[in-house]
Amino acid sequence: MDNKTLEQYASQTRRDIVRMVAAVNSGHPGGSLGCADFFTVMYHKIMKHNPEKFTIDGQNEDLFFLSNGHISPVWYSTLARAKYFPVSELATFRKLNSRLQGHPSIDHNLPGIRAASGSLGQGLSMAIGAAETKKLNNDDRFVYALMGDGELQEGQIWEAAMYAAANKVDNLIATVDYNGRQIDGDVEDVLSLGNLKDKWQAFGWETLEVDGHDMQALIDVFEKAQSLSGKGKPIIVLMKTEMGQGVDYMMGTHKWHGAAPNSEQLESALNQLEETLGDY
Amino acid sequence: MEKEIKILGKQDTRSGFGEGLHELGKSHPNVVALCADLTGSLKMNAFENDFPDRFFQVGISEANMISMAAGMTIGGKVPFTGTFANFSTGRVYDQIRQSVAYSDKNVKICASHAGLTLGEDGATHQILEDIGMMKMMPNMTVIVPADFNQTKQATKAIADLDSPVYLRFGRPKVPIFIADDAEFVIGKADTIFEGKDVSIIACGHMVYKSIEAAQELAKEGIDAEVINMHTIKPLDEKAILETAKKTGCIVTAEEHMINGGLGDAVAQVLSRNNPTPQEYVGVNDTFGESGTPDELMTKYNIDTADVIKAAKKAIARK
Repeated sequence: MDNKTLEQYASQTRRDIVRMVAAVNSGHPGGSLGCADFFTVMYHKIMKHNPEKFTIDGQNEDLFFLSNGHISPVWYSTLARAKYFPVSELATFRKLNSRLQGHPSIDHNLPGIRAASGSLGQGLSMAIGAAETKKLNNDDRFVYALMGDGELQEGQIWEAAMYAAANKVDNLIATVDYNGRQIDGDVEDVLSLGNLKDKWQAFGWETLEVDGHDMQALIDVFEKAQSLSGKGKPIIVLMKTEMGQGVDYMMGTHKWHGAAPNSEQLESALNQLEETLGDY
Repeated sequence: MEKEIKILGKQDTRSGFGEGLHELGKSHPNVVALCADLTGSLKMNAFENDFPDRFFQVGISEANMISMAAGMTIGGKVPFTGTFANFSTGRVYDQIRQSVAYSDKNVKICASHAGLTLGEDGATHQILEDIGMMKMMPNMTVIVPADFNQTKQATKAIADLDSPVYLRFGRPKVPIFIADDAEFVIGKADTIFEGKDVSIIACGHMVYKSIEAAQELAKEGIDAEVINMHTIKPLDEKAILETAKKTGCIVTAEEHMINGGLGDAVAQVLSRNNPTPQEYVGVNDTFGESGTPDELMTKYNIDTADVIKAAKKAIARK
């Protein structure tokens, strides 16, 4: 898929996100919009995966774990647009009897999802476990995980970080959505992460940085991450993003972390996001 | 009214786990083990020595261990995690809830040093709420075997169950009274003694205490039925209702809080189907303390004498 097409997918996903949360007046648009480019690149360019024949075990496929489960809208849209399930199902998000739970669940057998997330801090550990199993199975594909930056305040993340480095889990490529914002405000003000790059390096991880809104840079950084795999170190990508990216009034603030736009705001957002693949 | 039972030796239940796990190493290539810096205490050394590639030392990081074990199931492994009961449950409740139970991951949470009989380390380590927490969790099977042989059998049996399990065992050496070739069926209670006057339903270390109690009661002409309710969830409701109908009164005995444990599970079955007088032997809403296992069981009213007293009280309420 060329970069222009990737941009089209990302734009459609951003439309899906704001429409999904507006429809139920709940959900998390800010981080979802910020990660739309990342998800598009992962599912349409980087990962080896099999949407038509999804299995939990995913043998000989790349696995993806979303640890910050509240940005489920971007994942659901991406999975639907990648043909894991019908795009029309996005209309059921957060509604009763839906497979698209507020936070990701496998309880409802939604293809593409292998574990529940929402309570923060657990996804990196799960990804490490899956990566260890891939090694035992002589499966040479990668395990990817995405975490929020606010989520790094959870202690379990650093337990996992220690384990992966000490045990050379080098088939793991994790990413931090480094948008600098969380529910109560800027991460810097709520609980500063200090020098995040130094922290991951001190924990023994191969540490890369990228602009999360530059398609080519995203492709390049994950290709580089793959080339650094198998060398005894886990890999982390610190991905600078803007919460609310693509919708002007949602950018530059933490206020749209977990708030839905009203109908006027929705219209304004949709006017800024081109409909490229057809709305659901 | 014969209450004879053959004692086959004395051994800690955790060693039964260690032996069972080691046998699984040979019979089940997909079984892997994770431990949080308590390999010796959990008796996991034999597995570690013979299957080093399938043994994962995670250090003192139980949260990471539980979620990692859940991740390891993706691709077909059957992970057994090992640490003390306190760190296997209370410390990691949320990891078990989301990564394991809600995600329906085939993880076996194996917990040693449960209850007061952990002894001298004191209340910080003596968890008495774990059965309650684990039996409340959807998708979770809860097993509390009674002796060394049964813990070994249970360890092997859960490897073939494709769902999360909490397996609870302990530290002290206690009598072995279940045959090493006895059949262990998850969810099916074992009747140790038949009786007609009172039913004592027990789990874990309290099964042997209940056997002793039944033997003492027999000397006074009281014929007690003793049931080893090794599986707390799914609970053998049929066995409970049959014995209640037969004897007309119940004693439950557990090394756990009265609140939320085996006794409450039994009471729920009885109250819905056949309300029956029931007395509880368990720890009554308090923390433990340092002491020897025997001293603690006496002080906190979960000793043989307490089962006897409860049996008489239950009979009087008929």
